Amino acid sequence: MRVLVSSVSSDSHTWNLVFLQLLLEEMGHKVTNLGSCVPDNLLVAECLRQRPDLVVISSVNGHGAMDGARMIRRLRGEPDLRGLRVVIGGKLGVRGVEATSHGPDLMEAGFDAVFEDTSGIAEFRRYLSRASIRDLEPASAP
Amino acid sequence: MTSVTPHRDRPLDGTFAAAVASAGAAGHLVVQPRMGFPTVRQMREGLNAVKAARAHTVGTLTIDSYTRVGDDESARQALDSGADLNGYPIVAHGPDVTRALVDGLVTDGFAIQVRHGSANPVSIIRSLLDAGLDATEGGPVSYCLPYSRTPLRDSVDAWARSCELLAAHPGAHLESFGGCMLGQLCPPGLLLALSLLEGLFFRQHGIRSISLSYAQQTHPGQDTEALLALRKLAAEYLPDTDWHIVLYTYMGVFPRSPEGALALLRDSARLAALTGTERLIVKTTAEAYRIPTIEDNVEALEVAGREAAGPRSGDLLVENGEYGVLAEARALIEAVRELHTDIGQALIRAFGRGLLDVPYCLHADNAQRSRSYIDARGRLQWHSAGAMPIRAAASPTGGLQQADDLLNMLSHVQETYDQAALRQGSRNGPAPALPAR
Repeated sequence: MRVLVSSVSSDSHTWNLVFLQLLLEEMGHKVTNLGSCVPDNLLVAECLRQRPDLVVISSVNGHGAMDGARMIRRLRGEPDLRGLRVVIGGKLGVRGVEATSHGPDLMEAGFDAVFEDTSGIAEFRRYLSRASIRDLEPASAP
Repeated sequence: MTSVTPHRDRPLDGTFAAAVASAGAAGHLVVQPRMGFPTVRQMREGLNAVKAARAHTVGTLTIDSYTRVGDDESARQALDSGADLNGYPIVAHGPDVTRALVDGLVTDGFAIQVRHGSANPVSIIRSLLDAGLDATEGGPVSYCLPYSRTPLRDSVDAWARSCELLAAHPGAHLESFGGCMLGQLCPPGLLLALSLLEGLFFRQHGIRSISLSYAQQTHPGQDTEALLALRKLAAEYLPDTDWHIVLYTYMGVFPRSPEGALALLRDSARLAALTGTERLIVKTTAEAYRIPTIEDNVEALEVAGREAAGPRSGDLLVENGEYGVLAEARALIEAVRELHTDIGQALIRAFGRGLLDVPYCLHADNAQRSRSYIDARGRLQWHSAGAMPIRAAASPTGGLQQADDLLNMLSHVQETYDQAALRQGSRNGPAPALPAR
């Protein structure tokens, strides 16, 4: 698959993005990494230009739920991107996963899957390891 | 003193640089927190506590993320509505408010540095000078590549203007953050080269009081050699400048156990003391969990200060050049200087050609062909050096680096110190459970 990896607009962390790139590459995927602090418009433009098979959004600064929901609504507003598979994961809120799950809200906003905090990476690996993106059923929130 | 002796300018009395120099002359390590609160009340409380701490301290005003990216309107709205900011919005507060904040604090050898993380700090520097402050940090590379999408060319221009603003203020001090690239997994030779090259950039734009930085990495012997090499390079390349060295306590994934976190902090303080490093930026035991409180910071400052003042055994046993740090830094510095007489242009060209290439840095102006690894002895090494004029060590994993290798390297220091704390605990009684993540 051709996979686009990106952060959200307010997050400058990159180690999470580097890790995801390595993980995806060793599973045989071709990765474009947009890096940190990606404005919504830039992400949408890159999706339209590159037409990836999968978009992986990662955020760890606690603003991921807020920024992610806004971004996915903007992205789904593009008719050509309504069917694009987009997932999000990381530390998505400031209070940690015990306090609240952002999954349902983010699914409602338009993501295809949500992987919260550290437990999310095993889920994400399983999600990816299914042979082909086309075989995937729309994933449910964990 | 003869004319051939390298001359170090003396800092101007009452400045940040003078506070560091006078402590250093008395043999004391200056310790400094990272600290930034949005309101004047919180900030004053924090600075008072830092000044009163039982250690030789300087204070910090860390600026919030909105101000860092030039969004002063959002910072102002947050102040008006009482919303949380992750630092002190120096531009939104305005010079009178900040002047009143520091009035009465910057006395008796206490000084304050403004820390910000901005690729375009012009208005932050105007604000700090207007408020009567004289010290800040960053650099055209170190505040561009890791944290922003700003093109390097634009950052170089903005930092040139910033240096010139600062240089017009007698006694102003500027620290290069170049020794801290990405916080972890950047081998020492490149950290030294970037810090020194940013120092040369500052010098070229009129700054006469400079500090060069280095962040504690994975191996005490390698770190010791790096800090001694940085002193040598500073003396050589910044002869007519007041300079000092600043060490950062490990900036990567921090130990979760309080004992492990304190041991890592103490090791950094000892490393500073052994190498004659003048200033240390500390981390706290709260680092793995949350933003540290004022009390967390005071504890860290006092622990580090005590450790640095304690007896020093003769463990400064670094064979000259064992880790090759000085030679590697020198090769990089000279390769860059050959590209252009203007250091800013030379830096732009160097990154363009991959002669400087920060491992794991995703910025569009970074070549992204270099990789590092931690070897079996805990030393940070090059896995691949891209087009840089240095050699990569023979890597045990061969060509490819796996995602799990990266996770292991990122948590290497955390694991090492947490495991040691557990072993220590089990010798003294029942093993303490690590706090939950």
